[in-house]
Amino acid sequence: MAAKGRTQNAVARLFAHWRGAVAIVAFVLVWQILGTMSSTFGGKIPTPTQVTQTFFASFVDDPRYWRNWAASFERVLWGFGFAQLFGIPLGIALGLSRTTEEIVFPVFEVLRPIPPLAWVPVSILFWPTHEASIIFITFIGAFFVIVINVFDGIRHIPERYFWLATSLGATPWRIFLRIVLPAVIPSVAVGMTLGIAITWDVLVAAEMIAGDLGLGRLTWEGYVSNTPEIVIVGMISIGIAGYLSARIVDYIEARLMPWAQHDPKFRGRR
Amino acid sequence: MRSVASAPATAVNGAVTIDAVGKVYGETVVALEDCSLEIAAGEFLALVGPSGCGKSTLLNILAGFDHPTRGTVTLDGAPLASADRAAHPGPDRIVVFQEGALFPWKTVLDNVTYGLKVQRQTAPEEARARALDMLARCGGLDRVAHQFPGQISSGMQRRVELVRALINDPKMLLLDEPFRAMDTVSKGRMHQHLLDIHAQFPKTVFFITHDLEEAILLADTVAVMTTRPGRIRSRVAVDLPRPRHARMIASERFVALKEQLIAAVHEEALKAFERGERELA
Repeated sequence: MAAKGRTQNAVARLFAHWRGAVAIVAFVLVWQILGTMSSTFGGKIPTPTQVTQTFFASFVDDPRYWRNWAASFERVLWGFGFAQLFGIPLGIALGLSRTTEEIVFPVFEVLRPIPPLAWVPVSILFWPTHEASIIFITFIGAFFVIVINVFDGIRHIPERYFWLATSLGATPWRIFLRIVLPAVIPSVAVGMTLGIAITWDVLVAAEMIAGDLGLGRLTWEGYVSNTPEIVIVGMISIGIAGYLSARIVDYIEARLMPWAQHDPKFRGRR
Repeated sequence: MRSVASAPATAVNGAVTIDAVGKVYGETVVALEDCSLEIAAGEFLALVGPSGCGKSTLLNILAGFDHPTRGTVTLDGAPLASADRAAHPGPDRIVVFQEGALFPWKTVLDNVTYGLKVQRQTAPEEARARALDMLARCGGLDRVAHQFPGQISSGMQRRVELVRALINDPKMLLLDEPFRAMDTVSKGRMHQHLLDIHAQFPKTVFFITHDLEEAILLADTVAVMTTRPGRIRSRVAVDLPRPRHARMIASERFVALKEQLIAAVHEEALKAFERGERELA
């Protein structure tokens, strides 16, 4: 019985993948056709075959291409990492203390609507290196999202959890460690999921403006040097990089809250 | 399931006196006024009344989550709460909430041992052993000991919550409509379970409900609260024999008690309705 169930599951999975594969093939086909059509009226969108050729001819074994990957990932790591490092404690402080909220929130609410890219000039003027300014802008992108999510998460911890923990004899410090922190993890996870997406958004734009290396820079250079194949290689690379980062974040989230994997209340909330 | 009707293992205590308790929110909202109620040690008291009449307020005062603005509450003769002085929440009075309050990030076992752990009176190994033993005694729950609350049914979650409360050997259990959201079959099972538990661990129970049949089936005494400002309007002693069983619902005595309660509650509900009060609970 169980074996049969497993087989059916495997078949179902394969079928799901199979549909996905068909969709990708169809997408590439449409792209090929449109690319070919566009060239007939002077458009410059390269076809998948041209892009693949360019990629294997001059990118796969070019260390400079892979340095772009490394540079972008490193910036994301720093920007996203600092956003968590400062954003989570600030969100918790805002959520737990009315005083902190009253002092910090007005400033926060004025700064929050400013799009991360509006920080580019100030960032370049302030930080000594371009590297630091790009990291700062990516940091800004993820920071506000994580703070707001953690803040909101703290405020929405059911009051009965605190009441019950107090009834059972827990001290405030224990309640903080064993109730507040675990209860806020799902909100941290939401903040991370949103944050990593914004980080890549902002990073690519910032690299186009100020970088010397990076996948955003690569894409921009492809445009400036009138080499559309490079633009597409850059775009697809960014897509893959963003996807990989999201998977890594998913993995971290799953490790942070093993209990949520089985809980219908939390599963599929994202 | 069989009821355990053996002699109580621990000394029965947990007598509560609520004396002329009042609760005013802000300046104008009078939730409770001159509310007095005696609950004997080991008594199962069910409190019924229209929505928003202050049942939960009274429970919160007993638990120590809120304070009365007038009157006093004593537990076994010792002052518990008085005007503007909240009782300190403690492991002698544990609440089971309608929405459930198991910590989703802890396994069933860790939820049950949490109280013993934070009170630091029991060695971790002993706490685990006691928890497993108690889970086993309360309907074979030890088999879900290592699961997370999200993995078990809501009925089982409530049972685990009862165990989490009982392991602290509380003087009283405060149950705030714990079975409200359940379907009829699960509810019936939970009633039988609670009756068994109460026979096995004869604690004072303060049970809030809207369901009159539930109140009669479970309780020794049903207290009816007036519409806001909440006061105890009447007490009805349920003289049905124990062990109780769901079949008793059809008995003559049960029906008579129910009619008596319906009349009382209906009158209060009508008053509330005529005043056009919004549902608060």
